[in-house]
Amino acid sequence: MSDISPNGFPFRHLLGIEGLSPSDITEILDLADQYVTQNRQVDKKRSILSGRTQINLFFETSTRTRTSFELAGKRLGADVINMTATASAIKKGETLIDTAATLNAMHPDALVVRHPNSGAVALLSQKMDCSVINAGDGSHEHPTQALLDALTIRRRLGHLHGLTVAICGDILHSRVARSNIMLLNIMGAHVRAIAPPTLLPGAMDRMGVEVFHDMTEGLRDVDIVMMLRLQNERMNGAYVPSTREYYHFFGLDSAKLAKAKQEALIMHPGPMNRGVEIDSELADDINRSVIREQVEMGVAVRMAVLDLLSRQTSNQPPVGPEGTTT
Amino acid sequence: MSATAYTNARLIDPASGLDSLGALLTNDGQIADLGPGLFAGGIPDGVEVVDCGGRVLCPGLIDMRVFVGEPGAEHKETLASASLAAAAGGVTCIIVQPNTDPVIDDVALVEYIKRQARDKAVVRIHPMAAITKGLCGEKMAELGLMAQADAVAFTDADRAVADAQVMRRVLSYASAFNLLICHYPEERTLARNGVMNAGEVAMRLGLPGIPTQAETIMVERDLRLVEMTGGRYHAACLSTAQAIEALAVGKARGLPVSAAAAVHSFALNETAVGEYRTFAKTAPPLRDEADRQAVVAGLAGGIIDVICSCHDPQDVESKRLPFELAATGIIGLETMLPLALELYHNGAIGLSDLLAKMTWRPAQLLGLRGGKLSPDAPADLLIFDPDKPWRIDEDNFHSKAKNTPYHGRPVQGRPWRTVVGGRVVYSDPNSGD
Repeated sequence: MSDISPNGFPFRHLLGIEGLSPSDITEILDLADQYVTQNRQVDKKRSILSGRTQINLFFETSTRTRTSFELAGKRLGADVINMTATASAIKKGETLIDTAATLNAMHPDALVVRHPNSGAVALLSQKMDCSVINAGDGSHEHPTQALLDALTIRRRLGHLHGLTVAICGDILHSRVARSNIMLLNIMGAHVRAIAPPTLLPGAMDRMGVEVFHDMTEGLRDVDIVMMLRLQNERMNGAYVPSTREYYHFFGLDSAKLAKAKQEALIMHPGPMNRGVEIDSELADDINRSVIREQVEMGVAVRMAVLDLLSRQTSNQPPVGPEGTTT
Repeated sequence: MSATAYTNARLIDPASGLDSLGALLTNDGQIADLGPGLFAGGIPDGVEVVDCGGRVLCPGLIDMRVFVGEPGAEHKETLASASLAAAAGGVTCIIVQPNTDPVIDDVALVEYIKRQARDKAVVRIHPMAAITKGLCGEKMAELGLMAQADAVAFTDADRAVADAQVMRRVLSYASAFNLLICHYPEERTLARNGVMNAGEVAMRLGLPGIPTQAETIMVERDLRLVEMTGGRYHAACLSTAQAIEALAVGKARGLPVSAAAAVHSFALNETAVGEYRTFAKTAPPLRDEADRQAVVAGLAGGIIDVICSCHDPQDVESKRLPFELAATGIIGLETMLPLALELYHNGAIGLSDLLAKMTWRPAQLLGLRGGKLSPDAPADLLIFDPDKPWRIDEDNFHSKAKNTPYHGRPVQGRPWRTVVGGRVVYSDPNSGD
């Protein structure tokens, strides 16, 4: 892991995996590794972001991602504020651009955004002076999830290059899938997409993945099985006939998992639907399932991202004549 | 009104096939005479002379698909501002769409548009009226009465009539009055929540897509209904290879069908969406390169009869939103001519054939007197230099709206004079004369 870019992480925002280079990703993961160690100590707090303000702006409900970002910011010493759509002006009809302008006037240093529409975070970032981190936009990207998945894999198997990873489930609507497919391709892994055709985008083959509709075939000899969550409203006859039928053909159970490599790991971005996409016992199998480890890696990866982006502005910016920063 | 002689012009009349140097005389708002030998014996006294300097003189353009915010959304565009934009684009006649607020679905509203246009607009404006009451796709509007009042054709604007039985009856009823039914072909249940062309770009951006089949299926259904009823049918804007192919089959079978293509369907492809550029959110959506080329081939081969601007003004607030929530549409009146001329400059279509699709063909379909250079036609003229290079600049638009994806695009060809009923309504401020 020596190919760190000489000038440090070159971006102001983290809007997606698309556009990152292997060395950018490696830099984030290397730094995250250090934070994993730090987070396992009793004293977890650092002051790298002391005096800085981080706003978590969530237009969609989220427990784990928001908490993870909140912890990450606090452990680095930032002041963290959570805003949710229900509690803010958004529900009163304020436009996204107005919201951005309002928040920008409060001089935050980092803005973490989740939004139900693809591209909304990028739009918001155009109006912000601070770093913007995409915590999930529509069906587009969820970059920190892909990064924490990569960190989890790398820590378990030592590398990403050359691994075969099967991503299974609702790929059509999944931002996690898009970010993961891109990251894994950038890092030289082989990606398979396993889903019924109704849950796959039409142009899937152009993403550099191998498509399977038969799970037992798709899981053959894979190193990693990544399960995706299937939203309830998509199960009752709209995209698949029923929960029962979906589980029968596309749920992960030990019979299907037997096709994968013996030591293959099971991942899930959460929250899980036990008995819909994953067998309950498999999800809890400590030898196979790294689902809880993913959560731990999430905090570390988000600390690394906040840390790297904060380096774009020094801790003591020059003060102008009227006390304004230049 | 006094007489004017336009001399030293390259006269192009797609209706008659005329393309030669010559002169044209207008008198009292009408074309009085024209031809290569006109004024061979000198120009009579009392006639104003305009030396066209060898520029092309052709019938003023007719734009079959223009959305205006009046009534109901005058902050986006009024009939007056749209008419100024049209004049600047060489368009002397615009056909406004009925999806206003209120919807143009009865005689009083058709007359309202007619009155407003007469009092406030510098170009001719005719309304297309709704096919169904309130554009709801259920109850037939008063097609015959509205046609008498000046509705030149009927359309549910940006919506398809989903119910096949309703569409069948509309086509059937309209055939008795020889009315033109102009249909936006999109199978809504297949397009559903789609906001751009389904394909690689939509997948990468995580945006819900509209498959090309949504258009094809509707065109194919409509052709069967035309065959059943004999109604005159015009596909408002085709954007896909499959639908163009289907229409070609219908034409070959002798059905009374025609079609238009929007400028954006041949001037851009889906990659213009880039990173969520809402100015590239259009209806029909920008398709992939193969479909774009099929539209060019369809125009060149005569399957597509008409080029329309699909001028659809939107204010900044309805475009500065996440892509899925942003309004659809781009303005096009002032960029239709130079963008269409790209097809001539790159050798796809001859100049006269190209102009026919914006003059004579729409006039024929709509039963208008204009669209041709002949002594019985109104003096609605466009004089332009087809080669003049310039760069599209949104700051110079006359339209109230600025939603153009073409800002900064280098193009060739721009209007020098636009004449409506013998009166100059636009004169190029940069031409130096």
